Amino acid sequence: MKLMIEKRIEALGVYVLDVLEGLGEFTNFTFKTMFWTFRPPYRFKLLFEQIYFIGNKSVFIIFLTSSFTGAVFAYQIYVGMKVINADSFIGPLVTIALSKELAPVLSGLVVAGRCGAAMAAQIGSMKVTEQIDALEVMGINSYQYLAVPRILGATFSLPLLSAIFLMIGYGGAWLIGTKVLLIDEVTFSSKISDFMELGMVTEGIIKATVFGFLIGVIGTYQGFNVTGGAEGVGKGTNMAVVWGMITVLVVDFFLTSFLTKIL
Amino acid sequence: MSDYSIEFKNLVKIFGQSTILDNLNFGIHKNKITTILGFSGAGKTTLMKHILGLTMPTSGDVLVLGTAINHLDELALREFRRNFGMVFQYAALFDFLTSFENVAFPLREFTKMSEEQIQEKVLKLLDSVGISREAAYRLPSELSGGMRKRVGLARGLALDPHIMLYDEPTSGLDPITTHMVYDLMRDTHYNNVHHGFTSVIISHDIHATLKYSDYIVFMEKGRVVEHLDVESFKKSENPVIRRFLEL
Ligand SMILES: Nc1ncnc2c1ncn2[C@@H]1O[C@H](COP(=O)(O)OP(=O)(O)O)[C@@H](O)[C@H]1O
Ligand SMILES: [Mg+2]
Repeated sequence: MKLMIEKRIEALGVYVLDVLEGLGEFTNFTFKTMFWTFRPPYRFKLLFEQIYFIGNKSVFIIFLTSSFTGAVFAYQIYVGMKVINADSFIGPLVTIALSKELAPVLSGLVVAGRCGAAMAAQIGSMKVTEQIDALEVMGINSYQYLAVPRILGATFSLPLLSAIFLMIGYGGAWLIGTKVLLIDEVTFSSKISDFMELGMVTEGIIKATVFGFLIGVIGTYQGFNVTGGAEGVGKGTNMAVVWGMITVLVVDFFLTSFLTKIL
Repeated sequence: MSDYSIEFKNLVKIFGQSTILDNLNFGIHKNKITTILGFSGAGKTTLMKHILGLTMPTSGDVLVLGTAINHLDELALREFRRNFGMVFQYAALFDFLTSFENVAFPLREFTKMSEEQIQEKVLKLLDSVGISREAAYRLPSELSGGMRKRVGLARGLALDPHIMLYDEPTSGLDPITTHMVYDLMRDTHYNNVHHGFTSVIISHDIHATLKYSDYIVFMEKGRVVEHLDVESFKKSENPVIRRFLEL
């Protein structure tokens, strides 16, 4: 009996140590890439390639997600608000929800799924086929060459994608609100300026930027940590998606409580 | 100046609990072809990574062309690595670049050559390893294993290195391609030796090794069992080597 408890405690200890070690390595990786971000050579071409790649890979899904999210959200609010005859508030409510939460978080989830995974897969397969060693042997810093453009690319792209999400989402809500639910067009948009504040848009942009950065760091970190062949690449890709999504959701909670206080 | 282009002094490498390189003391002869021979897991690749400064010793020193590379700082080390050309086990070509661009890559990164000069040099290098113009513009995924190895060799030679390293360059190749790759390595060696050129080959192919090398270093479990010229190696009385020779 005593032995079993001891074993359990020992296993728990090992687990905690593993988690701490992983966190330490991740933090170390983050600082290392940040250090190399500010060191020449600056590889603008690679950065633009990444921004293009990330946009290209996610823009269609962002269109799809945002238009339906806006439409459904408008419809649900209508159902709820009609009871108290406040259905003219659909416009501002949808816009606030989209700009503060839905646009950055859902864009973040899409980019984590599409691009975080791609980063881990590309870098991971370069790792197992010794292409990263080949870069290093030539004297090229593989973090600077592979991780930095991807992380910066995601950091710059996600706010843009989130802005697109906001606009298309608003369009979806507007269509449903004015054409299907027959709310007056002027009422729908005029109320928005009564309730919207600049801080809400800023909040969304800050969130999207932070998510982009974290998705980039997680995706590239998982890529660099791939070990052992094709199976390892699959595992790393999977981890990049899972941790990317979890991070977006958890960090969103803390960012919300923090940003609501200061903005 | 010493007779060696690479020297190991009391080199020890420990990974976790296990000693992978166990107090190595030897030198690799300048301007010669040396093969590091041994069973899988003997520590050959780890040794090569120490030569390149990709892995740092737990203790001891690695001298390359007279410089203790384990004491260089990061930037100096990256600079120093231009002395090396390396051909990887599976070529390790960048899969997002064509053969041409793979060979051009180090030139674009490290020289101020014009586009015409790069064009000329890359095509000359690809010619010298027997890669056709048509294959030059294909991606690595569209090439055979032997062709990839040739492109990898051309890329390794791009910056005119003084030391060429090959990690099991013929694994995964058929016997005929294996001999073609060995011929290519030997030709490369003798075409460059006049300006100082050392070739180090990791292998477990005993027959090709006896045919093509000047010196053989036999490793087992992180130790050097024998380090001899080929003729003496053939006569070695060491039981492990005898077993290897009788394969
Ligand atoms: N980064 C590492 N971490 C831990 N062990 C390693 C590492 N690299 C190599 N090893 C171990 O060192 C031993 C020698 O490996 P290696 O040098 O690749 O052998 P060889 O190339 O002769 O087949 C193996 O047992 C391997 O598992
Ligand atoms: Mg090896």
